[in-house]
Amino acid sequence: MSDKNYRQIVVLSGKGGTGKTTIATAFAEIINNKIVIDADVDAANMHLVLNHNINSKYDYRGGKKAEIDLCRCSQCGLCESVCRFDAIKDFKVDRTSCEGCGFCYRVCPDNAISFKETKSGVYFECELEDKSKFYYAKLLAGEGNSGKLVSALKKKANEQSTENVKWIIVDGPPGIGCPVNASLSGVDLVVIVTEPTQSGLHDLKRLLDLLKIFKFPSGVIINKYDINIEMSKNIEEFIQSQGISLLDKVLFDKTFVKAIQNSKSIIEFDKNYESKFKNIWNSIERIIKN
Amino acid sequence: MIISIASGKGGTGKTTVAASLAYVIPDSVYIDCDVEEPNGHLLLKPDFFPEENADKLLPKIDYYKCTFCGKCVEVCEFNALINLKFEIVLFEEMCHSCGACKYFCPEKAITETAKEMGIIRSGITPENILFADAVLKIGEVSAAPLIKKVKSKIQKDKVNIIDSPPGTSCSMVEAVSDSDYCILVTESTPFGLNDLKLAIDVLKTIDTPFGVVINKYEESFTELQSYLEENRITTFLKIPFDRKIAETYSEGILPLKKIDWLKDDFIYLFEKIKEIVIEEKINVR
Repeated sequence: MSDKNYRQIVVLSGKGGTGKTTIATAFAEIINNKIVIDADVDAANMHLVLNHNINSKYDYRGGKKAEIDLCRCSQCGLCESVCRFDAIKDFKVDRTSCEGCGFCYRVCPDNAISFKETKSGVYFECELEDKSKFYYAKLLAGEGNSGKLVSALKKKANEQSTENVKWIIVDGPPGIGCPVNASLSGVDLVVIVTEPTQSGLHDLKRLLDLLKIFKFPSGVIINKYDINIEMSKNIEEFIQSQGISLLDKVLFDKTFVKAIQNSKSIIEFDKNYESKFKNIWNSIERIIKN
Repeated sequence: MIISIASGKGGTGKTTVAASLAYVIPDSVYIDCDVEEPNGHLLLKPDFFPEENADKLLPKIDYYKCTFCGKCVEVCEFNALINLKFEIVLFEEMCHSCGACKYFCPEKAITETAKEMGIIRSGITPENILFADAVLKIGEVSAAPLIKKVKSKIQKDKVNIIDSPPGTSCSMVEAVSDSDYCILVTESTPFGLNDLKLAIDVLKTIDTPFGVVINKYEESFTELQSYLEENRITTFLKIPFDRKIAETYSEGILPLKKIDWLKDDFIYLFEKIKEIVIEEKINVR
C-alpha cells in the first residue's frame, strides 16, 4: 500500500437506498486532490448531483455474444442441447440470456454461429468544478457483466491518476455480489452506510462477513438513525462487538431529499452540513493513518 | 400468474410492495430473488422447512487421463483454467459452469463436481403465503444462477410474486424474465426517476409489460409525473412519505398491518394488475 500516493475509499451498504450516494457525494465535495468514481454502473446517480463536464466517452465491450446464421444452419439442434443458459430456442439466440461461453459456436457442425465482441455499455471521463476527475458508466439495457465494467472504470481512473491525487472516492453498488467485489479492488477503507431497520442490520452483517474474508478495514455510518433509536443502539452494539468503528450517526432529515430533488449535493444545498461531513471525514483519515 | 417487483434504484420499497401484495392475495406464492441481500423473510416471517443446498458445477480433472493438451483452457471463455503442464489450475470464481471444457476434452478427463453456491429456503407464513428465498454464499460472485434455481419454486396455478434485486443487469433480468407483469417501484427524486428509466429500458428489451408504484411520493417533484404522463405509463399507486410507514418497516412489521388505507391500496393494486394481465392474455389469443 505504501508505493502509491493516494488512498482509496469505497462506500458500500449491502442494502440499497441507505444513502451511499448522498454520503459519497458529500465526501467528494469537501475534499481536494481526488478522483471520484461512481461504481454503481447498473444505476448510476452521482452525475445527477455533481456538477461536471464530460471530457471523453468510451465504449465498453463486456464480452462476446453468439448469433446464428440461419442460411447456414441445418437445424440439428446441437447448440440448443449444449447451452446451459437456456439462451437458444428455435435456432435463435436470446441476447440477454447468452452468457458468452461460446459453447454453441464451437460445437456447431455447420459453422453457422458467429461469436463476436459486442458493446455492452459506455463510460465517461468527466471534470468536476475543481478540475478533478470523475468517472461514471452506463450499462446498456439487459446487459450483464457489470463487475467487469466496474473494473474497467477503476482501471481507467487509475491510469489517469497523477501524483497530485491523494484520494480516490468510490460510490459502490448495493449487494455483496460481483460488482461489489470488483469495486473493492485496491481499497484502503470501506465506509458502510446502514440504516436502523431490520433489513439494514441483516444486510450489514452479510456485507461485514464478505469484508472479513478479504480483510478489508471498515467504518460504519448509521443514516436516518432516529427512525428507530432502539435499532440504532442494536447496530452500534453489534459493530462494537465486531471491533468496527462507528464513524457517525446522521439524523433523518428531509433536507437530504430536497437536495437531491434540486440536483444538488447536500453540501452545496445546505452549508450547515459541511462541518458534519468534515468531522466524519476526519475520523476516516484517522482510521486510515493508524 | 407471475408478477415481479423491480426498481433499478435500491431502497425504493420493492420488498415492502412485494410482501404487501403477497399478503393481500389469497394463496399467493412469494419468491425473494434478491439472493445477495434477501429481506422478505424479515417482513413475512415464514416458518421455514429444512433448507436445500444449491450447487454449481465445477470441472474436475482426472490426472490419470489428462495429457495437458490445453484444449480445456482454449475453449474456456472466462479464463478460469490455466495449463501449468503438470497441473490444470481452476479459478473457481471465474467459472460459469458452461460445461464446454468437459465436452471438448479429447481424453474425457474432465468430470463435474458440485460446489455449494448458496441455500434455498422454503416455508409458509402465518397467513398461508408460500414463501421461498435463496441466500448467496458469502464470497460467491454470481447471483443469476441461484436466482434461476429459486425461481423453480414458482407454482404455475397460483399468483406468484417475484421480489427482484435492485439494479438493471443480469440478476434483475434473470429475476423478472417470464413475468406476466412487472411493477416498478420508484420514488420522487431524480435518482428514482433516472433508475426508473433504466429499468424501463430493460423491460422494453425483454418485452415485459409494466406499470409504476411511486413510493415516498411528493407532489413537488413534478419531473416524475410529467415523464410518466408523456410516456403514457400507468401509475397505480402514489404512497406518500409517512414516518409511521418507515418506523413500522424498521421493526420488521409489514406497514399495511398497522395502516388500513395501505391495505386497501394493495387490494386495489392487485385487482388492477389482474385486469391488465387477463386482458393481455385475451388479446394474444
